[in-house]
Amino acid sequence: MNTAEKEKINDKDIQLILGTLLRAGVIISMSIVLIGGAIFLIHNKGAIIDYKVFKPELSKFSSIVAIFKGVSTFQGDAIVQFGILMLIFTPIARIVFAIFSFLIERDYLYVLIGFIILAIITISLNGGLAH
Amino acid sequence: MSVLLFTIIILLGAFLAGLLGSLTGLGGGVIIIPLLTLALGVDIHYAIGASIVSVIATSSGSAAAYVKEGITNIRIGMFLEIATTIGAVCGAIVAVYLNANYIAILFGCILIFSAIMTLKKKVDHTTLDNTDKWANFFKLNGSYPDKGVDHPYAVKHVPGGFLMMLFAGTLSGLLGIGSGALKVIAMDNIMRLPFKVSTTTSNFMMGVTAAASAVVYLHRGQIDPGIAMPVCIGVLTGANIGSKILLKTNTGKLKIVFAVVIAFLALQMIYKGISGL
Repeated sequence: MNTAEKEKINDKDIQLILGTLLRAGVIISMSIVLIGGAIFLIHNKGAIIDYKVFKPELSKFSSIVAIFKGVSTFQGDAIVQFGILMLIFTPIARIVFAIFSFLIERDYLYVLIGFIILAIITISLNGGLAH
Repeated sequence: MSVLLFTIIILLGAFLAGLLGSLTGLGGGVIIIPLLTLALGVDIHYAIGASIVSVIATSSGSAAAYVKEGITNIRIGMFLEIATTIGAVCGAIVAVYLNANYIAILFGCILIFSAIMTLKKKVDHTTLDNTDKWANFFKLNGSYPDKGVDHPYAVKHVPGGFLMMLFAGTLSGLLGIGSGALKVIAMDNIMRLPFKVSTTTSNFMMGVTAAASAVVYLHRGQIDPGIAMPVCIGVLTGANIGSKILLKTNTGKLKIVFAVVIAFLALQMIYKGISGL
């Protein structure tokens, strides 16, 4: 087998794993959202809500720490938010996987590009810019 | 309104948005935001937070299928993601300082633009001239399989495409949409990619772009589980069913009807924004 063919097979494998990773991420996180949503509705179905004015100070789960605290006490809305967090991390996990696969291919330019994207997301994740 | 009623209404609305979004190729986000703000009076900041979550869900779901088929150009996707993620984070940060009315007006304009773009006839700009030095340096030229045949293509005007992606990413972060229309312009018209490659690669990039702005929104309390839950479940279900219908029907006439409806929604958002200033 020549190297070009080998590379092609490697590319195919990567595409397959990448596709599976994305699909699994969506299915798992959406299942968590569904479960959390059901718990949330059972406990709060009669509550009155109003989203007419944006009140960021009322948001209970706006940090990862707060979400984990809420999940540990089985609050439905915290579980929903945890599912959403998993969903947000699905494409980020895809970047991490891509970095590894480019590392195996010895395509260091794209390893670097992957790290640049991760760095941009990490900066915004730290919230330093958001506040 | 009680939580249960609110959830059911949003679930139905989001389902419709997802269905329409995938049938027209506009995406669910651009339809769910006017529905939430105009019909239910939800503040646009919450609507954007919920929409961006649904963008991640739908784009990752469909990207999974395209990537497996080998049509998506992962190198082009990742290279341009540098631009879209920088744009998305900037857009999401700027959104805090913008009055909701300005966001609504801008949103309406983008909506009209996207509706026009779906009606425009696509012109094939593909080329085999692989002399662009940026494209060669970043190894962007490639080929895609169609009915068992490999179709090679070359990429042109990389810096121009990169700049347009920066803009597309900013709008995505600012408005909570996938901004697929702009991404496709950058890749079809500027970088000369084949349609199949540009649409699937744009889809591939949407998840990471949306994730970059979603983390900013999450920190700011714009992602409320009470809205985001029915929105992402509804949109994802609608989009999945829409993509199955899409394979069986010809959507030419349907697209015109939808474009008119969407233009009407857009005008209402602009009107509401202006009258609120």
